[in-house]
Amino acid sequence: MPKTYSDLFSEVRASVRVLTLEQLRAKLEERADFTLLDVREKDEVRGGFIPGALHVPRGFLEMQAEQKLPDKSREIVVYCAAGVRSVFAAKTLAELGYQNVWSANPGFVRWKDMAYPVEHPADLSQAQLDRYSRHILLPEVGEKGQEKLLESRVLLLGAGGLGAPATLYLAAAGVGTLGLVDADVVDASNLQRQVIHATSRIGMAKVDSAEKTINDLNPDVKVLKYQERLTSENVDRIFGQGWDAIIDGCDNFPTRYLVNDASLFHKIPVVHGSIFRFDGQVTTFAPFTGPCYRCLYPEPPPPHLAPSCAEAGVLGILPGIVGTLQATEAIKLILGRGEPLVGRLLTYDSMRMTFRTLKLRRDKGCPACGENPTLKSYVDYEGFCANVR
Amino acid sequence: MEVTVRIPTPLRSLTGGEEAVKVTGATVRAVIDGLEKAHPGMKDRLLDDKGVRRFVNIYVGEEDIRFLDGLETALENGQEISIVPAIAGG
Repeated sequence: MPKTYSDLFSEVRASVRVLTLEQLRAKLEERADFTLLDVREKDEVRGGFIPGALHVPRGFLEMQAEQKLPDKSREIVVYCAAGVRSVFAAKTLAELGYQNVWSANPGFVRWKDMAYPVEHPADLSQAQLDRYSRHILLPEVGEKGQEKLLESRVLLLGAGGLGAPATLYLAAAGVGTLGLVDADVVDASNLQRQVIHATSRIGMAKVDSAEKTINDLNPDVKVLKYQERLTSENVDRIFGQGWDAIIDGCDNFPTRYLVNDASLFHKIPVVHGSIFRFDGQVTTFAPFTGPCYRCLYPEPPPPHLAPSCAEAGVLGILPGIVGTLQATEAIKLILGRGEPLVGRLLTYDSMRMTFRTLKLRRDKGCPACGENPTLKSYVDYEGFCANVR
Repeated sequence: MEVTVRIPTPLRSLTGGEEAVKVTGATVRAVIDGLEKAHPGMKDRLLDDKGVRRFVNIYVGEEDIRFLDGLETALENGQEISIVPAIAGG
């Protein structure tokens, strides 16, 4: 006679070691070293889960176990809603060679009734879960990371060569608020590299043109436009809007030094990118913990030795590479993941196709961030850059 | 001591477009003198009367010579020296 479900369940249950919810809670409180595995469906997890649990739905367990649980000798505690699926899951894991598996019974429904700690997944809509699914699949981002991105604010200085690609990728990634600072209008000569703009928008303010592309790409993103040139007079107003990071893609030395000093006063990290012809430089300035722009370059070159891209030319793809590197740094800063380029200068030579990293150090004598900073307010940046010899 | 000096784009007009130049010298200062001999005008772009110009950084390997022994930093055969000037384009 074939087995009934209840025969099967009792048989399987007898072969699986069971942990009570009280025991599980104690293990979590003592921060025991084990893996907690939630085998419920995605929509059940949406209503909450036991803190720290790894989620693999029962239906995918055989397929995904070895990828997500590579250590077969590690202690694993499985739970579901009421203790049926977790028992079958524990049996399956044992059959796959996992040596130390427990089923926590009865399960999450009871856990929640007992008012034990519950963690809630990020509050993302179905449309957002779809849109950001490739991010959410990455354990380093996940729903929590995506929620962080959506709540974050990044200020982009310049909607030009570097700003265009950086803005596009940050908007696509779902950085919730993007501030754009640029006084210019779209010119035909911009379109060789400034991919956020369009031929049909020549003559339109760059911040308006960029906003159009952003809205079309990702309606989750709010755009704050500053159609002005950054100066000592407006920098405090613009920087004082709670930015998590600044992407510096401006095109002249006076503004670079202004951005540096203001970011130190406001304690906002700056992802610096600069380009010239075929070469690029990227670094991240973390205020007072890493070197600043003045530690790297105490003074600008004299104007005759510092031709701009408008005079010297620039390979159109170059800012695409450097701007997307800057966007990557900003995303890492927001997620708190990886190693940002703090104290490292990345140089890129597109002709030789080489990337190199050079060490940067804080300068103890730096007038802006050193041991005895002398710079307490903004200076005349145009004059500072014009008078070097 | 023969070392390779990486020339940045803005200075390549002085090296006839050469991106890497081999120079001999026991210190960074000696290498810059060697560069000047082979490519006149180079020294003035790198140094002023106080030392290395403040918008240029010179690295031996990955290290900025400001945090080594400056122009007197001793070199080993085969080392790579990079000249990295400030650029502002965006």
